[in-house]
Amino acid sequence: MKQILEPYDITREREMMLPLDYNRRSQLKHYDKTYKAEITNIIRLTEMEKLFQVRIIDDTERERFTFLPGQFVMVEVPGYGEIPISISSSFTHKGFIELCIRKVGLVTTVLHNAKRGCKVGIRGPFGTHFPMEQMRGNNILLIAGGLGLAPLRAPIFHVIENRSYYKDVYILYGTKESNLLLFTYQYEEWDRIADINLRVIAEQGSKDWKGEIGLITDLLDEVDVDPGETNAIVCGPPVMFKFVCQRLTDMGIPMHRMFVSLERRMHCGMGKCCRCNIGSTYTCVDGPVFDYWTVMNLQEAI
Amino acid sequence: MLFKTIAKSEFKRLVEDLLKEEEVIGPKKIGEREDGKAIHQFLPVQSYGELDLEYGRTEYSAKTYFLPYKETLSKYKFSNDNWQQEIEYRLKPRFMIGLHACDINALLRLDKVLARDSYPSPYYISRRRNTFIVGIDHPPLEDCFCRAVGADVVTQGFELYLTSLGDRYFVSINSDRGFNLLKKYAIHDVTDEDTQAYLEVRREHAAGQKPLNLHDIPNLLDIEFYSDVWRQWGQKCLNCGSCAMVCPTCYCYGVSERVSMGGDEGEKSRQLYSCNLKDFACVAGNHNFRPDPATRLKYRYYHQHRGFTETFESPLCVGCNRCGRVCLAGINPPAIFNDLQAEGGA
Repeated sequence: MKQILEPYDITREREMMLPLDYNRRSQLKHYDKTYKAEITNIIRLTEMEKLFQVRIIDDTERERFTFLPGQFVMVEVPGYGEIPISISSSFTHKGFIELCIRKVGLVTTVLHNAKRGCKVGIRGPFGTHFPMEQMRGNNILLIAGGLGLAPLRAPIFHVIENRSYYKDVYILYGTKESNLLLFTYQYEEWDRIADINLRVIAEQGSKDWKGEIGLITDLLDEVDVDPGETNAIVCGPPVMFKFVCQRLTDMGIPMHRMFVSLERRMHCGMGKCCRCNIGSTYTCVDGPVFDYWTVMNLQEAI
Repeated sequence: MLFKTIAKSEFKRLVEDLLKEEEVIGPKKIGEREDGKAIHQFLPVQSYGELDLEYGRTEYSAKTYFLPYKETLSKYKFSNDNWQQEIEYRLKPRFMIGLHACDINALLRLDKVLARDSYPSPYYISRRRNTFIVGIDHPPLEDCFCRAVGADVVTQGFELYLTSLGDRYFVSINSDRGFNLLKKYAIHDVTDEDTQAYLEVRREHAAGQKPLNLHDIPNLLDIEFYSDVWRQWGQKCLNCGSCAMVCPTCYCYGVSERVSMGGDEGEKSRQLYSCNLKDFACVAGNHNFRPDPATRLKYRYYHQHRGFTETFESPLCVGCNRCGRVCLAGINPPAIFNDLQAEGGA
């Protein structure tokens, strides 16, 4: 049968022929391609959270996979679904990434039941990142509440690995209950690094909790920095942003030097599905890292 | 752009030739309303007679053929402890005849997001490139407002665009494939008389539409964010999502996956969604960022008329008022704009 209209094969477009590359937003081929990754280790953190260490299987893909602190990936369990998870490891490890996942829904439950060696799909990395370069030569306040320590670990590792770039560094972490604290085994290591001030606080302590009791904002009382030379990264639940960022504003830190990471429902990660829209801003493309001024200007952001 | 004229009988011959070889989709009458008015849908047609080019409006928009309600994104084959992902973008080409200016403009606005912005969608582009579009001018309908949102004129996004001048069509030719198809048939150069007749038709169409004042709408959407207007209209909203389904530009979707009964295959598919549905912005742990109907309704307008304007300099809405007509609760854009402007003292 003769055809009047020639079929147009999109896979013959030049962009489709190019090899996959890091974060090429214009690359058609990148659209739905998942990197196959193996779960190499599962580390139990609390009853609800586990840390998954995954490795992109293909050597070339793993080498090409680079990200920046604050970005996220879409983790897919084929047949079950796909979820956005922030990368919780240092970007120097490239395609060996760590994902801290709380058991809350279908896909996370499947992941919590998964064993070492299981193969998941990774799409990404997506989104904006914390501008670590721009913060050089300044003090840094790394503030996390609850699960917010997961995305904050990437900038923490970056700061530790490049400690000489920054002046005073504070890591402040708080949770509702002391047994919900994440990565407890790492505090000692972080604390022993000379010149990093680590403070951990819980609103309620269990019987054997020897640490401080109180709100995350209490820790800010003892932070003594020059606000003109200070950057803050704040990760946690929306209610925490409000109070912490308000406190930081009162301390005199300019809004455009406070960075927060927002959380929304996501189905694509590429600014298409609209599920993550705040007003009209895509959290997946224009975020998840926003400066506080932008957040204040977004309707219904926090 | 090239302009030619073609006799309607010759155009009929052209369509009949297409029907022999290709899939042709066009406005087809599928029933009648209680008041006797015809109901049309864009559907594959088998003969020229099924094609009703004088139609007023299709209930669903042409979007259905570019963003299907359900589309497979990729397939998975499971074996032992492993899986393989398969992605297929290839499509059979097809012809769509009889799109109105609003439907073509809707595709152009979708192009901005799905084909030109970061992460262009190969699924969408493949459908776009494999569709030959023939548009047609029509007298304005009683309730649409395409002129107010700048969607009554099309300058691109189609192959051929027809304007009826009695026994012949005035044809705007916008692509080489349009020209190649047309040159096999008896076409005529445009005379001064044709141009005059064409402009007269355009003038009549423009004069026929009720004007709608959209003054300051993007601003008002921000200033009146907490206005009572939203509560009042939100109370009526049934959260059914019909507006997004018939909308020619609503593109948001949800992705879901399933495993076959045998457990050896999986499928990832995308389904169009609506921001009016309750779980649209619900995240893990059951926190809903837009828990009440009023916020969700407001968000739909905010995105269409402010968010999209901020990014792409025109509203997403093309003024077809399909959402207004389909809404069981009688929520329609002109009424909401009117209330917003009244609230803002305009």
